[in-house]
Amino acid sequence: MSGVLAGAPARAGTAPGRDTRRGSGTLAGAGTLYRFALRRDRVRLPAWVLALLLGTLVPAAKFEGLYPEAHDRAAAAETMSSPAARAMTGPEHFLDGAYTVGAMIGHQMLGFLGVLVGLMSVLLVVRHSREEEETGRAELVRSCVVGRHAALTAALGVAATASLAVGLLLALLLPGLGVDGVDASGALVYGAAHTVLGLAFAGVTAVTVQFTAHTRAASGAALAVVGAAYALRAAGDVGADALSWLSPLGWAQRSYPFVDDRVWPLLLTLAFAAAVAGCGYLLSTRRDVGAGLRASRPGPARAGAALGHPLGLALRLQRGLLAGFAAALVLLGVVYGSILGDVEDMLGEVEQVRRALAAMGGSVTESFASTVMIVLAVVAAVYAVMATLRSRAEEAAGRAEPLLATALSRSRWAGGHLAVAAAGGTLVLLAGGLGFGAAGAASTGDASLVLELAGSALAYAPAVWVTAGLALLLYGWVPRAAGAAWVVPLYGFLVGYLGSLLDFPDGMNNLSPFGHVPRLPLADVELLPLVLLTALAAVLSAAGLWGLRRRDLRLT
Amino acid sequence: MNAVTAAAPPTAPRTAEPAILVSGLVKTFGRTRALDGLDLRVATGEVHGFLGPNGAGKSTTLRILLGLLRADTGTARLLGSDPWADAVALHRRLAYVPGDVELWPNLTGGEAIDLLARLRSGHSGARGGVDPRRRDELIERFGLDPTKKGRTYSKGNRQKVAIIAALASDAELLLLDEPTAGLDPLMEVVFQDVVLQAKEAGRTVLLSSHILAQVEKLCDRVSIIRLGRTVQSGSLGELRHLTRTTIEAETDGPLTGLAELPGVHGLRTEGGRVHFAVDGAHLDEAVRRLGTLGVRSLVSHPPTLEELMLRHYGDELPELAGLSGTGEDAAPAARGPAARGPVAQGPVAHGEASDGAAGDGTSADGSTARGDERGRA
Repeated sequence: MSGVLAGAPARAGTAPGRDTRRGSGTLAGAGTLYRFALRRDRVRLPAWVLALLLGTLVPAAKFEGLYPEAHDRAAAAETMSSPAARAMTGPEHFLDGAYTVGAMIGHQMLGFLGVLVGLMSVLLVVRHSREEEETGRAELVRSCVVGRHAALTAALGVAATASLAVGLLLALLLPGLGVDGVDASGALVYGAAHTVLGLAFAGVTAVTVQFTAHTRAASGAALAVVGAAYALRAAGDVGADALSWLSPLGWAQRSYPFVDDRVWPLLLTLAFAAAVAGCGYLLSTRRDVGAGLRASRPGPARAGAALGHPLGLALRLQRGLLAGFAAALVLLGVVYGSILGDVEDMLGEVEQVRRALAAMGGSVTESFASTVMIVLAVVAAVYAVMATLRSRAEEAAGRAEPLLATALSRSRWAGGHLAVAAAGGTLVLLAGGLGFGAAGAASTGDASLVLELAGSALAYAPAVWVTAGLALLLYGWVPRAAGAAWVVPLYGFLVGYLGSLLDFPDGMNNLSPFGHVPRLPLADVELLPLVLLTALAAVLSAAGLWGLRRRDLRLT
Repeated sequence: MNAVTAAAPPTAPRTAEPAILVSGLVKTFGRTRALDGLDLRVATGEVHGFLGPNGAGKSTTLRILLGLLRADTGTARLLGSDPWADAVALHRRLAYVPGDVELWPNLTGGEAIDLLARLRSGHSGARGGVDPRRRDELIERFGLDPTKKGRTYSKGNRQKVAIIAALASDAELLLLDEPTAGLDPLMEVVFQDVVLQAKEAGRTVLLSSHILAQVEKLCDRVSIIRLGRTVQSGSLGELRHLTRTTIEAETDGPLTGLAELPGVHGLRTEGGRVHFAVDGAHLDEAVRRLGTLGVRSLVSHPPTLEELMLRHYGDELPELAGLSGTGEDAAPAARGPAARGPVAQGPVAHGEASDGAAGDGTSADGSTARGDERGRA
């Protein structure tokens, strides 16, 4: 255990609240744990950083070619001023001056990449704090000379290191592209915005990991905060500005990199990060290792009637996830729906947009709504992947073994989880569509929107089923690589939402199941693609179950 | 890969078929050979002890018998069927307790017991597959609180949940993989009692265990495996006969000719007392010789199961084996080139003739490094 006692970390500057005292204090061992975590994530961290860098650098290079002349960029600014575009990207102030490529990056990329930085921070902090506790490894570690706060500090240190690396590399690399309007100071603010967002969401996660004893619930709650931050700033950037000021993403965007280069909103975000992280430390002293803040209550001594059927079991195990996603999508739908009225009011203001849309045969409201559908569908697909891969988690945790030693076949077992994923994904879509429709109907006064928007959301159900089917296929044949199923929602979002901004070729859109769904309510209903997607989902699922029946279980 | 299905002996008569019949089972994980031609035969109605050091392949064997893993080659028959192809049908007739029980963190122990029982029976209704009286009786005997959530149970309590779920069923075959690891001694007694009840009820039990007292108390027959092969199989009595009895004696006359007798090992004299171990086959001769020397006191120990085990793992634990006085040269003898011959194999061959399960009992060809590799498998 001399390693634990070895003292200050080599790169201590990035670990908040480092401690150099040997073998004493609540931070003892934090340095060693931090370096150990970096070692464990030696592939994961560079991959995250690289992906996030490319997320800015590729569009930045692309923008230059898409909008070579000043009047091209002016036209882009005109398009970007539509409410739908602003809800997706960022505040209008970016459009006020010359819409340089720098301003485009700040406007269109920061909100989106901020969500991804948040995702990275959440997953890293949960992985190194709550997951260690849930698996029982933390108990072993804490029995060594390791202080009470060492593990959380190391986890935050890892997230901070990754956020800092993203920010620094962006600040260094962006000016090197030599594109219009990207200067060193703007790049520094842009990079710093990424870093403080990473810290802020790491801090949020430091709080959520204290509440629950479960890894999934801890990351789910933190991701809900990231999603809420995005939805708030979307609503704020279209309607009431004050809403954006409730969101760390809104603050970061209001540093206006490449336009105003303001630093104080970033300091605000940093202060928020420190405050929530502090809360996390405080709360952690009020609970036991491995436990949440809420004590576990006794449950029923006998199983209910539903438990005993594979579907009932899967539903019981996944009901928290399903309820969480359904609630989140209702909320997201309501946020977008509440600004639907404002969207319509702006018709008169943006003459060009209205004409452009009229040429496409739809209204501003419909265009906005069909873009929102993609967001709802992607979130439902995220749920479908998580729910389908629950089988893999059960297998890896050793809980599948006793079940499959009963008269339960592998197909029925995994089929239960698949059914919950597919039906639950549909329910989540419906929840989002109804929330969007109800709030939209209230804000526009058009009651028919409730059914129209709920129906439009349901059109994405076959694409969600395809996502679940693909996840099951991967799980059945190459369980080790089943995480690759995450590519579907990620790619669907990238292409469906950014594709329109970045002018991707149609072929890229066709690779995503979401690309084949008619863009309701803007487009007309087409049944054939939906039928084909449903058939594809069935084939993928059947192939996945076949693979599962053929292979060895992965047992420890 | 289909060898398990294809090579099943079709000639075996139904009635005389043992509950478990495994021969030449091979399973590799990457470069690790977890099972290397394992044989196992468990007769219907017996409690069979399955012994072996960590990583010997006990759990792998059980998981192949459950159809969770597929054997590379070799045949396995369980209750007359193929464990891979007929897994679901077989699982209605058996119950399994894994060595490491993992429970669902948000289900209570009572719910987990019901869940496993219902899924085993294939009846999903509220009363399906569970004998509520037996379930409640077992919960009470094991002192389990069924209202606690899975994540709050200690290892021993998780183990109890699986044991209760298995024993509350009316399965005809119980596969128990180190079932009492983590149970306290009182619960160990309850467990043994309950398994004996199951045996009286005519159920077959395959019990993988490290607790030798448990095996001695419960098992009719044992199989000892090492490095993925069966090294010995038979009733405890048979195995004892094969192993050395330790003798401590005080004699009037000088100890002449004793050390030269065949089968006598580790002879040493301490203040007029002689200590030695003698192979079961040569016990008679040694006692006769002692008789001629004027015995004043005599103490004889039958071989313990520990000694039986050490005899087979002896080369992995040289110091321990030396201390036990029985394992010192057993392994080297088995390792020699002549070991495959019937004479050099000596007593082992006799014992195995009685059941034919162990065949070539020499598996000491693996190096220690190979043994370590298995430990991870």
